[in-house]
Amino acid sequence: MISGSRNFARLYCGALGLTLALVLLAFWLGKFPLSSADVLAAVAAKLFGVPVHLPVNAEAVMWEIRAPRIGAALLVGAGLAAAGSSYQGMFKNPLVSPDILGVSSGAALGAVLGIFLSKNIVMIQLFAFMGGLIAVGLVYAVGSAVRGHDPLVTLILTGVVIGTLLGSFIALLKYLADPYNQLPAITFWLMGSLASIASSDLVVAAPLIALGLIPLYLLRWRINLLSLSDDEAQALGVNLTATRLIVIFSATLMTAASVAIAGIIGWIGLLMPHIARMLVGPDFAKALPMSLLLGAAFMLGVDTLARTAADIEIPPGVLTALIGTPFFIWILSTARRGWR
Amino acid sequence: MQLTTTRLAVFIFLAAFGSTCVAADRIVTDSTGRELALPAIVKRVYAAGPPASVFVFAIAPEKLIGWTRAMHTDEAVYLPQKYAKLPEVGRLTGRGNTANLEQVLAAKPDMIVDAGSTSETYISLAQKVETQTGIPYLLFDGRLAQTAKSFRALGVALGEKARGDALANYVDRTLAELHAKIAKVATAKRPRVYYARGANGLTTALDGSINVEVLDLLNAENVAGKSKISSGLTKVSFEQVLAWNPDIIVTTDEVFYRFTVHQDPRWRALAAVGAKRVYLSPDLPFGWFDFPPGPNRLIGAQWLAKILYPDIFKDDLEPKVRTFYRLFYHREPSSKEVEALLNPGNAE
Repeated sequence: MISGSRNFARLYCGALGLTLALVLLAFWLGKFPLSSADVLAAVAAKLFGVPVHLPVNAEAVMWEIRAPRIGAALLVGAGLAAAGSSYQGMFKNPLVSPDILGVSSGAALGAVLGIFLSKNIVMIQLFAFMGGLIAVGLVYAVGSAVRGHDPLVTLILTGVVIGTLLGSFIALLKYLADPYNQLPAITFWLMGSLASIASSDLVVAAPLIALGLIPLYLLRWRINLLSLSDDEAQALGVNLTATRLIVIFSATLMTAASVAIAGIIGWIGLLMPHIARMLVGPDFAKALPMSLLLGAAFMLGVDTLARTAADIEIPPGVLTALIGTPFFIWILSTARRGWR
Repeated sequence: MQLTTTRLAVFIFLAAFGSTCVAADRIVTDSTGRELALPAIVKRVYAAGPPASVFVFAIAPEKLIGWTRAMHTDEAVYLPQKYAKLPEVGRLTGRGNTANLEQVLAAKPDMIVDAGSTSETYISLAQKVETQTGIPYLLFDGRLAQTAKSFRALGVALGEKARGDALANYVDRTLAELHAKIAKVATAKRPRVYYARGANGLTTALDGSINVEVLDLLNAENVAGKSKISSGLTKVSFEQVLAWNPDIIVTTDEVFYRFTVHQDPRWRALAAVGAKRVYLSPDLPFGWFDFPPGPNRLIGAQWLAKILYPDIFKDDLEPKVRTFYRLFYHREPSSKEVEALLNPGNAE
């Protein structure tokens, strides 16, 4: 629908501009009373080393609280959207989200186990991350062992089945948990939130998400070919198994790292790739960066709303669904052309 | 399958029939105003949840059938051995049932007691279980202000009026003393308290929530305040905590108290942390500050009163702890045990 490289450039600039505008807005808004002058002064002090007089804690709010949270929102949004985009491309299915192979269920089970055993936060995050990796590893192993007609369909089915199994383990742990103390903690974790993000979380999650993004970007042309039929792709010399494995590993790494620091936040990985394709078409090389930008912007927008809209924090997962559901129905009803 | 169903039906029938037979002995009223027929002598009581266990245990430990979950070894220390060893019987209402109705019936209780909320939901649950099992199900208000009243009514129901009254009098006296002393504090000098839950300390309870009833009782200002949309637990951002800048932090989470507060530079930047005004609530054998929401919080209120108003509450806490544990838990702790209780963060 839209063609020409100038149009693409314009779209990317638009998305980038939107993201940057949201970043500024997010720095400006918050529960701690900071005037616009304070915010500007803090930025000036940080960027140019200008000595300024700031209210007590203003710098901590800007750089230790808002900045990590903004960074985490961008990172988590980008990671989930990129993972969703690559899965939708690989599975040739627009209804696929990053957790299709059980990464979220596995991470959730890990975190819930951590809370159940009264571990500290670092351990809970580690449990969540490992849980995500192990769950997908299991799905992949079982899916490869069960030789169905279509390896992708087998993989998705295995993912759904094992995801359900892990879900029942989560339910069991919730049932056994202390109802006054652990159960609320588990519920809050499963709802997802960026409220407790610190820079130490970013230091760990950022490299992991980057590590997942790099192979996807390098393999962008091959991933494009994955959306052809298997025979066609093989004819073009693509090693299907290896490429799929890399895509799954990268997407899992990004999603597991995101879920470990933010809990489960739905819809972004499903929705953003759609909007990206509507804007720039199905070419993965173009859709990936667009999904990434849109995911980052959407997550940041939602999280800023989550921490400022009401007198208490609103779970961002609730907001993404509130915004995402009507949008998704609209996409379905417009019933555009097929996958390709 | 067929056999067990039949046996269950017969069992329920017998139980229902049996209880109606013995019933008419006396009529007792619970906190919801429902009038229930109880046998003349109540020997076995099933406590439906942790707060109810504390109520029943305090009045008549020998009548308690079991705990909602088996006592852990660190908890058992503070209870007489024979009661600490009572079996696990699960919980019946509230957040998640773990008890099986057949099991409840098999334990042959003369009555079921629940303490906590007396809302429609719980009344209807009580009625449902009553219809199914034929066992009278009494609901008592678990809020601190209603605790004395609940003790009196429960004492009557258990056939232990003197014990119930004695405990109720202790509650009345304790609350009256706290009120009288705190009433002299000017409103402007109300301590501003943040209640930190969870390992990261970023879950708190809003005004009106049963989790911060003790703060309310002590006329402390809960920095989280009221919310238009919620009166329960909520997540908060660290920025919000910083904006509130509380004088004092109270927590029930050992991980938060021992690690997060000291290791996370953001928490260290907080005035209350710098001034070492972070307090971990003792929690053996039952929590002092928040959960379970039962009479166990009365000793916590006295502990926190000393922390919030050191100038007014100068009495040593140890004798108070001993008295409370002797009265409510039937075992007086040694000085060493009291010291361990009061320094929960140092234990390991």
